[in-house]
Amino acid sequence: MRRKTGMVVCISLVFLSSFTAMAFSADWAGVDETVVEKFAEEAGRSPRAPYINTDQGDLLLFVFLLAGAVGGFIGGYYFRFLFHENKLTAANG
Amino acid sequence: MNQRYIPRTLAVAAVLIVYSAPAHAMHIAEGILPVKWAGLWLLLSIPFLLIGVRELKRRGMGSPHYKALVGLVGAAVFIISCMPIPVPIVGSCSHPCGTGIAAIIIGPWVTVVVTSVALLLQALFMAHGGLSTFGADVFSMGVAGAFVGYGSFKLGTRLGMPVVIAAFLAGVTSDWATYFVTSIELSTALGTSASWSNMLAMILIAFMPTQIPLGIFEGFLAAGAYKFIYSRRPELLKSLDTSVSIGGVK
Repeated sequence: MRRKTGMVVCISLVFLSSFTAMAFSADWAGVDETVVEKFAEEAGRSPRAPYINTDQGDLLLFVFLLAGAVGGFIGGYYFRFLFHENKLTAANG
Repeated sequence: MNQRYIPRTLAVAAVLIVYSAPAHAMHIAEGILPVKWAGLWLLLSIPFLLIGVRELKRRGMGSPHYKALVGLVGAAVFIISCMPIPVPIVGSCSHPCGTGIAAIIIGPWVTVVVTSVALLLQALFMAHGGLSTFGADVFSMGVAGAFVGYGSFKLGTRLGMPVVIAAFLAGVTSDWATYFVTSIELSTALGTSASWSNMLAMILIAFMPTQIPLGIFEGFLAAGAYKFIYSRRPELLKSLDTSVSIGGVK
């Protein structure tokens, strides 16, 4: 019960922070833009395009989606190996 | 797979996919650092990487579950360091690093290795960081984040804190250390010899409104993850004996 409540609170906080973000109508730029690039440009060192530039249109979204899916699969695979299969093996053995 | 796990797994996957969007934060973009500074940070990072690879091989042979744990932690660091978190009080986004929790689970040296792999993939394919700034990014997130987080955890447990509080401390300090070192990297490379300390102060002040709450968030993340493993598979943490982690020397 406590675990379920915890999960509901966490997921609610994630959604709430997104809605709060929209309500405040800020630009929500990353600190790379607001801090790193700002100071770099003031010092005359503008960032240049990456060697493999996936930051074009929706391509970057696709790459992030793919990375999230692959990372999630790998994490899930090892999670199951460590926390489910071995627990069962230990219980049966 | 047990049927009752399927809805839960799908729900977690859906949340991860929905929130998996481009986030840039401590990553220093391509071309920002002059070559000599980029080279210096790379040189400083290489010994940590080499010891980390040796440590990974040594521990992988000693414990059958270690490589699986490294795979799980590596995937977590990769995803966490891509995950944008909006900070409503300032109206900007940043990401946690995941190196604090990684360091207390798999050790700081191997954390440098998994962080380097994550940063390399991000620099190559995700327009996230850069190849020329790879060494600086590894040093701030991998080296500083991992060792400060690990040191805080060890200090906390030696002072008699409950392990969950020590893990919280590791998450918080690893995040703040990462951004502190990023500020040093930027100020030393971009400021003049007379003005670098002023620039360091300005960059730190600019990072603070976002990173103070995000660091605390990362602390909760680390404490939750550590408690999860500690309560379900404590033998994983005990068998790893993270106290034996300085290149195999106690």
